Amino acid sequence: MSGVEGYMYPNEVTLYWSVLIVLYPYITGLVAGAFILASLERVFNVTAVKPTYRLALLTALSFLIVAPLPLQFHLGHPERSPEMYFTPHSTSAMAMFGYVYLWYLMAVLTFEIWLDYRREIVLMSQTSKGLMRVIYKVMTLGSSNISPRALHIDERVSWVVTLVGIPSAFLLHGYVGFIFGSIKANPWWSSPLMPVVFIFSAMVSGIACVMVLYMAVTKLRGKKIDMRCVDTIGMYLFYTFIIDFSLEMLDLIHRIYEADESFRSLDFMVHTKLYFSQIVVQIGLGTVTPLLLLALTQMVRLPEIVRKRMYVVAGALTLIGIFAMRWNVVIGGQLFSKSFLGYTTYKMALVTKEGLLVAVGLTLLPLAILWVLVKLLPPWTDERAPEGAAAD
Amino acid sequence: MKITRRQMLVLLPAAAIAWEHVLAGTPEASPNYTMSEHWWSMLIDIPKCIGCGNCVRACQEENEVPDGFFRTWVERYHVSDEDMTNPVVISPNGGKDGFPPVAKEDAGKYFFVPKLCNHCVDSPCTQVCPVGATFVTPDGVVLVDQKYCLGCAYCVQACPYGCRYIHPQKEVADKCTLCYHRITKGLTTACCEACPTGARQLVDLKNPNDPIHEFLKTHAVQILKPQMATGAKVFYNELDGSVR
Repeated sequence: MSGVEGYMYPNEVTLYWSVLIVLYPYITGLVAGAFILASLERVFNVTAVKPTYRLALLTALSFLIVAPLPLQFHLGHPERSPEMYFTPHSTSAMAMFGYVYLWYLMAVLTFEIWLDYRREIVLMSQTSKGLMRVIYKVMTLGSSNISPRALHIDERVSWVVTLVGIPSAFLLHGYVGFIFGSIKANPWWSSPLMPVVFIFSAMVSGIACVMVLYMAVTKLRGKKIDMRCVDTIGMYLFYTFIIDFSLEMLDLIHRIYEADESFRSLDFMVHTKLYFSQIVVQIGLGTVTPLLLLALTQMVRLPEIVRKRMYVVAGALTLIGIFAMRWNVVIGGQLFSKSFLGYTTYKMALVTKEGLLVAVGLTLLPLAILWVLVKLLPPWTDERAPEGAAAD
Repeated sequence: MKITRRQMLVLLPAAAIAWEHVLAGTPEASPNYTMSEHWWSMLIDIPKCIGCGNCVRACQEENEVPDGFFRTWVERYHVSDEDMTNPVVISPNGGKDGFPPVAKEDAGKYFFVPKLCNHCVDSPCTQVCPVGATFVTPDGVVLVDQKYCLGCAYCVQACPYGCRYIHPQKEVADKCTLCYHRITKGLTTACCEACPTGARQLVDLKNPNDPIHEFLKTHAVQILKPQMATGAKVFYNELDGSVR
């Protein structure tokens, strides 16, 4: 049979979780990570990262809006997906997705952004014209009181929401890890470490994403990059990445040392079918290289221009590395037979419902949404939207 | 309680919808069949299997199984004396068309292992289904409500035995139903009926007269992957340790 080596159970030859299911944990990871970066400023008072606070929130929202789409495209019957809300199966980890998602979208992220922007929204609803006026009016949700007392209450509530948001972000992505980690039939997935690894890799990818976005957008706007901010983000990225890498290595060492019945099969897979995506891209290019670059920025006093370039390269490589990690988990977990006697091949289609084009489209869609959100709710601290210039 | 005409107008359609749901959950009518009186499973007598593929063909015909997918299949194991834990396994087209002849000079042992859904008591596939579209019936059969299944394939991932697939046309999970439409009418499964040697036997563990009780007492019977603790109910007589 084409693409099959050794023996696969006959129904295992086809892979059912495609590149879109790779995209799903990748996108939710970016959401959780971006939110945790935002919470650094709000809850932990890391003022240096303030210039990215609002951008991080808007980034998280943009990606969160897109997060369920890969799943919808993947489902054989997407029209039945509301059943997950109406008749959830209490023993299914996946059934909780809808609730965790809605909670995070409505009770945490949207609420926090609304509270944070409420003053500006009210002002812009009074000063803008035409359609924008209507949009901002709707966004006020009928609350136009921006007295100092009201704003102080907003501030306090927002703090509480962020506080609730941190465990929620952990829940959102830890839960995605649990979906994989709880499958005892699959030794590549089945691990209690999986949710923890997912949380830390989410933080790594989210922080890297906001860092790269902040630098790129600031450059495009012709403004000066706040190096104190980027240095701080780089430091957090470095330390989070070390924890993430340590956890992944712990998992790897544990597997190698334990060498259970699945080990020979999985080891062979890593050295053959997953060699490029796991050893070369995920570990070499996407983990060790950015870690070394970030370590250099921490240990050696480098000129600003060098640091900037190193951060951009490290950030971009990190994003590629974490994508490769999701790929290796999702696709790698289906390449070997549960008989441990053979391997299949993933053939990615180009233009089908679960093909490459849809995947690329869904990866770019959050950036388009972010562009709209940034136009609507400017996040810049160096140029807070002046009254009357709201729509710009 | 007095119901006004207006209230009646509201209640009637609601009752009609509710009744439709009740009917939708009702199994196909099988007179004289009481689910609670049965606990179905299957016995596979490995030494009796000759790898003819009759069972696979009968299943595919009876259940309109799409090409390339299998509700049941047959594997041929070749276990060499030198490497007992790494057998060479083949199942060309699920064993549907039989197997190529064995070369006489090949050392070691050969045997056939028919596979199907194990209709587990603690089935991981039903555990993970996000909407409960797959379930265990009161008579011990794992089924899929294909009008309710989302086609997410989580159950396919969760099955340790590779027994599930996504039906390419229906785009929902599909698997062995133990010919539920037959066994509830007093018939045996299509695969058991087609087996020329009696290597596959439908078993009702709640029937005190079922010969399985005597068989289990007198034979070394095992289940597949007992370490998975799924409560698999397909029993294998003389199962070799190399079988996965």
